Amino acid sequence: MATTISKPETLFGKRIRRQEDPRLITGTAVYLDDIKMPGMHHACIVRSPHAAAKIRAIDTAAAAGRPGVVAVFTAKDTGHLGAVPCAASLPGLRVPRHDLLARDRVYYVGHPVAVVVATDRYLARDAAEMVEVDYEPLPAVADPEKALAEGAPAVHPEWPGNVAFTFHQEGGNIEQAFSEAEVVVKQRITSQRLIPTALETRGVVADWRPGENSVTLFSSTQIPHLMRTLVAGILGMPENRLRVVTPEVGGGFGSKLNVYAEEALMAFISMRIQKPVKWVESRRENFTCTIHGRGHVDYFELAARRDGVMLGLKLKLIQDLGAYHQLLTPAIPTLSVLMMPGLYKFQNVSADIVGVFTNCVPTDAYRGAGRPEATHGIERMVDILAAELAMDPVEIRLKNFVGNDEFPYTTPTGLSYDSGNYAAPLRKALEQVDYPALRREQAQAREEGRLMGIGVSTYGEICAIGPSPSMPAGGWESATVKIEPTGKVTVLTGASPHGQGEETTFAQVVADELGVPMDDVLVVHGDTSVVQYGIGTFGSRGTAVGGAALFYALQDLKAKVKKFGAMLLDAPAVILSGGSCVDERTGKSVSFAEVAAAAYHAKRLPPATEPGLVSTHFWEPPNFTFPFGAHVVVSEVDRETGDIRIRRYVAVDDCGKIINPLLVDGQVHGGVAQGLGQALWEQAVYDENGQLITGELTDYALPKAHLMPWIESSHTETPSPVNPLGVKGVGEAGTIGCSPAVVNSVVDALSPLGVRHLDMPLTPEKIWKAIQGGQA
Amino acid sequence: MIPQAFDYSAPQSLEEALGLLASGDRKILAGGMSLIPMMKLRLAAPAEVVDLGRIAGLDGITEAGGFVHIGAMATHHTVETSPAVRASCPLLAETASHIGDVQVRNMGTLGGSIAHADPAADYPAALLALEAEIRVVSAHSDRTVNAADFFLDAFTTALEPGEIVLEVRLPVEQSSEGYGYEKVAHPASGFAVVGVAVRITREHGRIIMARIGVTGMGPHAFRARAAERLLEEGAAPERAAAVVGEGEEANSDLYASADYRRHLARIHARRALAVALSRAS
Repeated sequence: MATTISKPETLFGKRIRRQEDPRLITGTAVYLDDIKMPGMHHACIVRSPHAAAKIRAIDTAAAAGRPGVVAVFTAKDTGHLGAVPCAASLPGLRVPRHDLLARDRVYYVGHPVAVVVATDRYLARDAAEMVEVDYEPLPAVADPEKALAEGAPAVHPEWPGNVAFTFHQEGGNIEQAFSEAEVVVKQRITSQRLIPTALETRGVVADWRPGENSVTLFSSTQIPHLMRTLVAGILGMPENRLRVVTPEVGGGFGSKLNVYAEEALMAFISMRIQKPVKWVESRRENFTCTIHGRGHVDYFELAARRDGVMLGLKLKLIQDLGAYHQLLTPAIPTLSVLMMPGLYKFQNVSADIVGVFTNCVPTDAYRGAGRPEATHGIERMVDILAAELAMDPVEIRLKNFVGNDEFPYTTPTGLSYDSGNYAAPLRKALEQVDYPALRREQAQAREEGRLMGIGVSTYGEICAIGPSPSMPAGGWESATVKIEPTGKVTVLTGASPHGQGEETTFAQVVADELGVPMDDVLVVHGDTSVVQYGIGTFGSRGTAVGGAALFYALQDLKAKVKKFGAMLLDAPAVILSGGSCVDERTGKSVSFAEVAAAAYHAKRLPPATEPGLVSTHFWEPPNFTFPFGAHVVVSEVDRETGDIRIRRYVAVDDCGKIINPLLVDGQVHGGVAQGLGQALWEQAVYDENGQLITGELTDYALPKAHLMPWIESSHTETPSPVNPLGVKGVGEAGTIGCSPAVVNSVVDALSPLGVRHLDMPLTPEKIWKAIQGGQA
Repeated sequence: MIPQAFDYSAPQSLEEALGLLASGDRKILAGGMSLIPMMKLRLAAPAEVVDLGRIAGLDGITEAGGFVHIGAMATHHTVETSPAVRASCPLLAETASHIGDVQVRNMGTLGGSIAHADPAADYPAALLALEAEIRVVSAHSDRTVNAADFFLDAFTTALEPGEIVLEVRLPVEQSSEGYGYEKVAHPASGFAVVGVAVRITREHGRIIMARIGVTGMGPHAFRARAAERLLEEGAAPERAAAVVGEGEEANSDLYASADYRRHLARIHARRALAVALSRAS
């Protein structure tokens, strides 16, 4: 008897709305500040108003005597604890000891000096003003190039000169490339300091339970497990006595890929006062005390032949580190160096990083983390070269792309690009805008005296971060899949998604693999007591690494399900189809729930098989993945005011196979918004005394809905061979592709006036001045 | 973002409110769009906040005797959408539509905004161009101040201690008038880097009346009288716009230098004039 088994429709590739959204939209999600506990106290942190000062004395008596205040802590109380950790290591790296509270000196505005704990947050805040700190202000330096100048104030007195490290990397033969070059273009390009500005600021609740001899730490973080290990280390407590739980996280963008002093401080305080304690960061603190991103001054030199073939690239990269190293601070610019060749096949590079201390809050990973800076650099340089050679910026890119037959492609920086078809998204984007027609329109506009620009950027990025040897604390990810006795499926993922949507995409994968309805799948994350160890979500790794771990865990589980199915059907083998085990010979089937019940009731067991249906898989990625894409921006500049209008924004991104196009679009939209933020509006500006003068949302211009252009997002799909899902990652793509496309477009608009380069953000006055200068 | 402790009172009548404001360290709460953020940042720490929100009748809009009367507690949204304001002084409605965002316009009030006198607020430009009269009262006084005499400096008005803005009176615009408000909004705050409000009357193709109010450029909003005169003498709008801001102090900050602000005031004066001319019959 022939049995027809219809292949069920797969969910992979479907635009499915996010499982997460109803609770987020209806306000029923639980964020850190929603947590309330009986007896919970509140902490307020006293912070330095100076960028550099000696602490002569701290008098806490007045504060401690205020009503409701139960304790005031200073470095005298916490000095025996470990320091805020830096996980990155580089040869010769100078690592200043980063105490939880300043001992005798402060190094940036916002540096924590004391913690006041009271019965409510108002009393704590009032009492914090009563802590008297006697400061002796010292000269500060807030600009990395000034910090390198002769006679600059030393941020850390033990290291005059302010150099934290230098790092050299080269590949190929850079001297030969430059000696053979027919043209060399040079440009200083900055990527300004940015403030990540998650909608939800950071926050911590620590709950010491003496009876259990354990601390539960609720933290708005991207990395619960790493936080557990690191905070336990700071406190000198056994790791298994510390539980870290992430409630809903209202945005991280890298700023919560960190361990800050406050996590360890709150755990310590809870143990000392024997009460739960909460600290929630104010927006002002978020601006001055949570890591910033970018902070590059880059000097590029690009060597080429007159036919446009690029030969080599030199980079001197000055990284503004801030006063300390946070978790990954010194490692971020090394990512820029890895990506400096972009999508181009020249084999000669040389890079020198100088990591510089300044009296500012540390920089660290912010959406893209080193790759936006690299992409901005190479994509600006390619346009500058094209202008120098009077070549079309599209033509020069097509001429230099790594070819489709060259994958896996080894870069001069030592990476192995997994797969690619670099011309495809560019061609698609150009077709979409009708590039030749746009250039004709531009010629006409120029005759009319209008400033119209067409900007192209093509980008590559490193995602699925990453193979463990390249990571300070492992780069694998874990997944557990449990089929419960009723047939419902619970997934525990070590990746700790916080808005990326894996509760949805992982459920899609599970539904496809097991043939169960998506609604039967629950994805759990962010609790170290529930979920096996994991690394976390950052570097566009959640799906590309965590999803692969899930896939392999599912394969193990499917094999076990089939054993039980075969046993129940009395068949030599069965297949999984439509939520059932099917005997292909007879067409007889047994449902998933029946199999699950049998596995747990264990009245009978298949040979050499234990009860239960649980599978855990730790997956080590063999390589990074390398997504790519092309963004095209059509702009028009108001000649009188310098205002920029983005007429069209076309993004064609190739992030490998797409599980859910709706979520990918969302990631691209958000990424592009933050890229536009850098290109047009955002800049963290410190004055000469190290005061943050863009210290409020009224000064620091975030991208807002009404400022957004319509984003035309589409894709090409080049599967990654690195993981079984073929996915590459898309969390950072929009940000990486965006800023050079915008700047290239505006510089193109202004090029008739002789403008060759502009640094971000492209504020109207900057453009107006460039126009004035050009017309003069 | 936690204010210092303060007392709160919500008087039910104007008399009661004025009585409270006659003494003590008390601050009026209208829409709270400026006061509350300042208190949260501890830039303001009044001992007591007097909330006018419970007093009936302070937000009415009526037309009488050739004037539109707008109660001080009318929200920006009310001003923006009021049929009376739209019909009789559309310049003010248009200006209100540029303030902040929807949430701010739903909470913020006309009286609160002008009493706060942020140098980058939108209303002052329109009130100057409209030659508005501002009625201010205290427990002992009731007087009217011309808009031109009201905005004295950044965050400084002609209000005396104990006085509050009760209403704004605007002459009903003639149907022959043209108007326009052109604004450069700061991308972070939404406030006016520069805002220019223009009102003109044209007769037989000639401008016979011109009023230009400029906000954002300097420490307080001002009338561009030299430009108004030039227009009334028959000068081309371009020529008149080119003298806007002459002799006036200009602010400078990270986003826009004094020179750029002055330049923007002139460009946007010209553009606002063009809009006004296109609307003038």
